[in-house]
Amino acid sequence: MATASPSGAAAVLEVALLAKRFGHVRALRRVDFALGAGESLSVFGPNGAGKTTLLRILAGLLKPDGGTVRFGGELLVRGDAAHRRRVGLISHYSLLYDGLTAAENLVFYARLYSVAEPRAAAARALAGVGLEARASDQVGTFSRGMIQRLAIARALLHDPDVLLLDEPFSGLDQAAAATLRQLLGRLRAERRTMVLVTHNIDEGLELATHVAIQVAGRFVSLGPRDGDLAAYRIRYAEATAHDG
Amino acid sequence: MTTIPSAERSLRRSGLWMAIALVLMAGVYVRALAFTPEEATQGLVQKIFYIHAPSAWVAFLAFGIVGVTSALYLFLKDPRLDLFAASAAEVGTVFTTTVLVTGPIWGKEIWGAWWTWDARLTLTLFLWFIYLAYLVLRTAVEEPGRRARYSAVLGILGALLVPFIHVSVYLFRTLHPMPVVLRPGRPELPGSMLVTLLSSFAVFTVFFIALLARRYAWARLVDARAQGEAERADASR
Amino acid sequence: MASLLAEAWAIAAKDLLLEFRSRTAFLSALVFTALVLAIFNFARDPTAVSAVDLAPGILWITFAFAGMLGLNRAFALERENHALDGLLLSPASRTALYVGKTVANLVFVGAVEAIALPLFALFFNVPLWPVLGPLVLVIALATLGFVAVGTLMSSMAVNTRFAELMLPVLLLPFLVTPIIGAVQTTARILAHRPFVELMPWLKLLAAYDITFVVLCTLIFEFTLEE
Repeated sequence: MATASPSGAAAVLEVALLAKRFGHVRALRRVDFALGAGESLSVFGPNGAGKTTLLRILAGLLKPDGGTVRFGGELLVRGDAAHRRRVGLISHYSLLYDGLTAAENLVFYARLYSVAEPRAAAARALAGVGLEARASDQVGTFSRGMIQRLAIARALLHDPDVLLLDEPFSGLDQAAAATLRQLLGRLRAERRTMVLVTHNIDEGLELATHVAIQVAGRFVSLGPRDGDLAAYRIRYAEATAHDG
Repeated sequence: MTTIPSAERSLRRSGLWMAIALVLMAGVYVRALAFTPEEATQGLVQKIFYIHAPSAWVAFLAFGIVGVTSALYLFLKDPRLDLFAASAAEVGTVFTTTVLVTGPIWGKEIWGAWWTWDARLTLTLFLWFIYLAYLVLRTAVEEPGRRARYSAVLGILGALLVPFIHVSVYLFRTLHPMPVVLRPGRPELPGSMLVTLLSSFAVFTVFFIALLARRYAWARLVDARAQGEAERADASR
Repeated sequence: MASLLAEAWAIAAKDLLLEFRSRTAFLSALVFTALVLAIFNFARDPTAVSAVDLAPGILWITFAFAGMLGLNRAFALERENHALDGLLLSPASRTALYVGKTVANLVFVGAVEAIALPLFALFFNVPLWPVLGPLVLVIALATLGFVAVGTLMSSMAVNTRFAELMLPVLLLPFLVTPIIGAVQTTARILAHRPFVELMPWLKLLAAYDITFVVLCTLIFEFTLEE
C-alpha cells in the first residue's frame, strides 16, 4: 500500500516497481511508494536490505533494472540534468574536498548547479548552518559534526525539491547528533520533502511523517507514522527476525 | 538467463566441435610434415610457418571480435556479450603467444637472432600486451557490472590502437632501416605448399571457433551455477 | 556547449586549486624528473654514444613516466570523502567531467615538462633555444594524446586494487605511437632536418590525437555509470 499523496496534488516523488540487481544478487525488488510535498519518509532496515541502493537510484547515481521513478509527475530518465537539480543528497560521506575552504567547496557546487550569484548563495548557506565564522577554513580542519553541517549546506544550496539522507547520524557524537536533529527538525518545519534511510530506529523516527521497514530488498511495511518509538522497535524486531 | 542444464548441453556440443577441429588439425599437419616438400634454403624449420602464420591471423581476428563484442556490450548491456568478449580475449592470448614463440624459433634459424624487431612481430608483441592488459584489468575488478564495462572500454580502445601501432612501427622501420642478417622474404610458394598453407589457415580458423565456443560455453556454465547459488540464497531470506 | 565548457572549467579550476594548495604531487613529479634525467647520465657510456643521439629517447621516456605519476592524481582526489558522488549528483555532464580532468592533467603534465625541458638541455648539453618553436609543437601534440588516453585509463585504474601498477599496464601500449612519433620528430628537429621530413610523423601524431581525444570523450561516461 503506497503512501497516499495529499488531496489530488501530484506526488512530489513517486516510485513504482523499482528493481535493481548487481550481477546475480537482487538488491531491490518491487519497491513502491509515493510522497507528497512536505512529507518525510524514514526507511529502517538492517545492513544489506538495499536502503542505500534505493537512495542512490533516487539520487540518479544508479540506474534501476526495472520500474519507474517520477519527480513531480515527470519520469526520471537516466542522464537527466533537470532531475538532478531537484534532488539533494546527504550521505555519511561528506562529498567535500578537505583541501578547499568551506566557502570554496560551496562556491564550486553552486557553479555546478548554476546557482545565481554563487558567492552570495554560499555565504547564505553557511549562515544557515551556523558555519559563517569558519568560511575561510579548510574542511580538513573541521570536526565530524561541522562537516555534516557543511554537507547539509551543500545539499540545500540549489533548493532541491527532495532531500535524501543516507545514514546521516553515523559517526556523530551526542552533541553533533543533537545539532543535526535540530537542523533536520527545522527542515521538517519548512515542509521539505525528505527520504531518510538508516538501520538505527532511534534516529529518524521523530523526523518522519511516514515510516517504511525494508528487508531483503523490499518494503515489508509502509504507512503513516502511527506509533511511538517503543512500538516501532517491536515492529522492526519482528520484521528483521527472519533475515540473516 | 541461462539455466544449468542448457549450459551443460552447450558445453557438450562444443566438445564435439573440438574433436572435429583436432582431427582436421592432425590431418593438415600430417600433410605439412610428410606430404609437403621442404623449402630449399630454409629446410625443415620453415614448416613452423604453417603454425606461425595461421596463429597470427587468428590472434588478430580474435581481437577484432573482442572489439566488436565490447562495442555491442556497451550498447546492449547483455552480460553474455561480456562473457563472449572475455572468452575471445583468453583464446586470442593463447594464439598470440603461439605467434611470439614460433616466430623467434623460426627467426633464430633463418636470421641468426631470436628477436630482430621485425615489424610484424613487433605489432604482435604489442597486441599481446594489450591482451594481457585486458586480462589483468578483469582480475582487478570485482563487481561484475563494472568489470564488464571497463573491459569493454579497453576492448574498443585497444582495437582502434592496433592500426596505429602498425603504422607507427612500419614508419619506424622504413625510415629507420634495421640491419638484417638474412631476409627470408615472401616465399614463392609452389602449388603444394600453397595448398598446405591455405588449408592450415582454414583449419586454424575452425580450431579457433571451436576453442572459443568451448571457452564461452564453460563461462556460461560457471555463470549459470553462480546464478543458481544466488537464487538459492535469495529464496532462503 | 557553453555550459559544458563552464562546467569543465569549474572542475579543472577546482583541481588546480587543490593541487596548488598541497603541491605534493607536483613537487614529487619534478624531483622524479630531475632524478631520472640525472640517472640517465650514468646509464650510457659518454665516450661511445654522443648525448645528442640518445637525447630524444631520454627526454620522452622521462616525460612519459613523470607524466604517468601525475595522471592518477586527478581521480584519486575524488575518492576522498566520495567526492566523485558529489560531481555525479550535480547536473554537470559526464563529458564536462572528462574534459575538466583532462585539462587539469594537461596543465599539470605541461608544467612538469616546462621545467624538465631546460633541465634536460642543461644536463645533456643540447641547444634547444634555436628550435624551441617546433619542439614545443611536438611536445604539445604528443602530450595531448598521452594525457587524453591517460585520463580515461586512470578513471578506471583508481578503482582497482593496485592503481599505481594498473595505470602503466593499461596505458603504455597506447604510448607507442606518441613516443615513436615524438622521439623521431625530436631527433630530426635537434638535427635541424628540413620540416618536410617531420611531416609523416606529425600527421601520425595528429591523427592519433584526433582519434583518441574524440573516442575517449565519447566513451568516458561508460566508466562511470552503474
